Amino acid sequence: MSTDTSAGRAAASGAAGDAHPTPDRNEGLTSADLRDLSPADQDLRLYRAMAFVRAFEERVETLYKQGQVRGPAHLALGHEAVAVGVGAALGPQDRSIGTYRGHHHALVRGTPPDGMMLELLGRAGGVCGGKGGSMHVLSVEHGYLGSHAIIGAHLPVAAGLGWASQVLGDGRVTACFFGDGATNIGAFHEALNLAAVWHLPVVFVCENNGYMEYTPIETVVPVTYPAADRAAAYGLPAITVDGNDVSAVREVAVAAVATARRGEGPVLVEARTYRHSGHSVADPAAYRPVGEVEAWKERDPLAVHRDAALARGGDPAAYEAVLPQVREQVAAIARRAQEAPVPDAADAWTDVWSDGSSTWRS
Amino acid sequence: MAELTYREAVAAGLAREMDQDPTVVLIGEDLRAGGVFKTTKGLFERFGPVRVRDTPISEQAIVGAAMGAAMGGLRPVAEIMFSDFYATCWDGVVNEIAKARYMSAGRLTLPLVIRSANGGGIGFGAQHSQATENWAMCVPGLKIACPSTPGDAVGLLAAAVRSDDPVLVFEHKALYGVRGEVPDGDHVVPLGRAAVRRSGADVTLVGLASTVPMCLAAAADLAAAGVEAEVIDLRCLVPLDAATVLASVGRTGRLVVVEENPGQLGWGAAVAALVAEEAFGDLRAPVLRVSGGNVPLPVAKELEAEVSPSAAKVVAAVHRALDHRRVAPVP
Ligand SMILES: Cc1ncc(C[n+]2csc(CCOP(=O)(O)OP(=O)(O)O)c2C)c(N)n1
Ligand SMILES: [Mg+2]
Repeated sequence: MSTDTSAGRAAASGAAGDAHPTPDRNEGLTSADLRDLSPADQDLRLYRAMAFVRAFEERVETLYKQGQVRGPAHLALGHEAVAVGVGAALGPQDRSIGTYRGHHHALVRGTPPDGMMLELLGRAGGVCGGKGGSMHVLSVEHGYLGSHAIIGAHLPVAAGLGWASQVLGDGRVTACFFGDGATNIGAFHEALNLAAVWHLPVVFVCENNGYMEYTPIETVVPVTYPAADRAAAYGLPAITVDGNDVSAVREVAVAAVATARRGEGPVLVEARTYRHSGHSVADPAAYRPVGEVEAWKERDPLAVHRDAALARGGDPAAYEAVLPQVREQVAAIARRAQEAPVPDAADAWTDVWSDGSSTWRS
Repeated sequence: MAELTYREAVAAGLAREMDQDPTVVLIGEDLRAGGVFKTTKGLFERFGPVRVRDTPISEQAIVGAAMGAAMGGLRPVAEIMFSDFYATCWDGVVNEIAKARYMSAGRLTLPLVIRSANGGGIGFGAQHSQATENWAMCVPGLKIACPSTPGDAVGLLAAAVRSDDPVLVFEHKALYGVRGEVPDGDHVVPLGRAAVRRSGADVTLVGLASTVPMCLAAAADLAAAGVEAEVIDLRCLVPLDAATVLASVGRTGRLVVVEENPGQLGWGAAVAALVAEEAFGDLRAPVLRVSGGNVPLPVAKELEAEVSPSAAKVVAAVHRALDHRRVAPVP
């Protein structure tokens, strides 16, 4: 893989392929992190990962409303179980790729939250060097190959990542996250067809939150499952799952990843979920029917998982402690970012070409 | 030294790169059958189905898969059959490929090439004849190579495939049948270095791909009339070898830019502006452009010729530039 491994960047972003959680990796996880844990410890680990995303997004919402976030921010509040459930099924060498609503996917793979916060606030040292912002966070070192903000465009890219793995025989699987709205754009169909006909090791994951921006998805799609119902047309096995139940998501993701890794071709997972906030933080989401948000919050993915874990004998005190702890952690991350310097203006002129320059003429 | 047609040179160039580097793979439509322009002839037989991948008619998938493959450790060479079809996958080229390195602060590298048959002159009509290299030149992050000879078809392709930057190679479909020498061995033409195809002291002609032979034909005509034209083959639009153009204009004082894409916003305008800004003092006549017409390209031979650049139009432009000296300078 083509990555920049210069010392500074490696230090800022964690070691490439690091399989084990370190303070730098924070609450990111992979299947390798869970393998040796007891079922009860796995439950708690999944909860921590979701809670960290929750705390991060809550803080971003606050900072945005204070005018501190540069550009738009699309939060994953309510989507935590999809990212963590699929992330738990991926190995450290696997890859994922997502959309502008991508903070959760970046964090789950282990992207340094400090680097993400710096990027969101437009400070020096951000994961995109100030050139990407909230919609384009990534960590190549952790296998999260970017948040892409043109609907559907990254699905063919995921197919290409799968193609590379197939040609190189590197055994990696690529998970590709996208919204329900993406299922109506041509690239979705081209990518599914190509991945299916080439038997590529890709798991396509639709985070169906019921809305494409401000429009209910059912008003623009004539089928019940916008992704899963279309997958059949391309001979793709499709699984629908409760996207607010992290254990359920993990279970289907483990099966889907295994199918893809065995060389049996791509699988599509459609996870039904809901975003607790507006499309972006700027959106008050007044178009939603009264009571809808409250009804979905009844099935908050963190609460669903905590209750299930406690019913399995989990330690209530341990669960109680998590959110306050991660909120404090994230508050410290935000403080550090707020105190960080702004980027050097000269950075705007670097990184167009592989020689580091932006020179287009002699 | 072998004499090959331009189309054979493309296939030979691809084979050379695939021989050298097992991560070079091809993706596109009808490649197995040799391609509609026969530019991939024999490659499937030689390199097999893993490295020469036929796709459905899915240009977005082709371009996106090339990007993903490049991120995943390969050096893909994608083919967009006609450059007009870039319109169906321009998002992937412009919003994804061109910007990935920058938006990731250099963490993503996309060593990929997209080849395409470009340009008019053979009656393919408005949807299969456009010279679209100017589309790409509007977008920071894309390198643009446009070979005018079989030798450059190999040499620029080699540089493009080995580059860690995304490169669009515009092959000119009216040149596919042209024969020329291709050096043996490892023949690489560095990106961003123009070639002076003919030296002359009276006027500088700047051409690209199909307009290079046109400029050379015009220069031959002009020589018969006692006018010595210098002919520069830009070879690449990005990086642009501005230095070679500026140096030549410094010697000749006159510039005629010959571009096939529509003049209303062709690459020639960028070259003309650059010379106006940086070599104004050298100019003895206004910079002139011979450009494609600002109409969709028609099919009938006479109509297509009417709106396309030609050697005769270049000669006429040169005479206009030369006539300028007869206008008395303002006292
Ligand atoms: C090609 C394209 N069209 C429109 C937009 C504007 N847009 C941004 S997000 C969005 C809604 C996407 O909905 P969905 O795919 O369901 O994802 P969600 O935001 O719900 O996660 C739209 C229309 C875009 N970014 N790209
Ligand atoms: Mg949606």
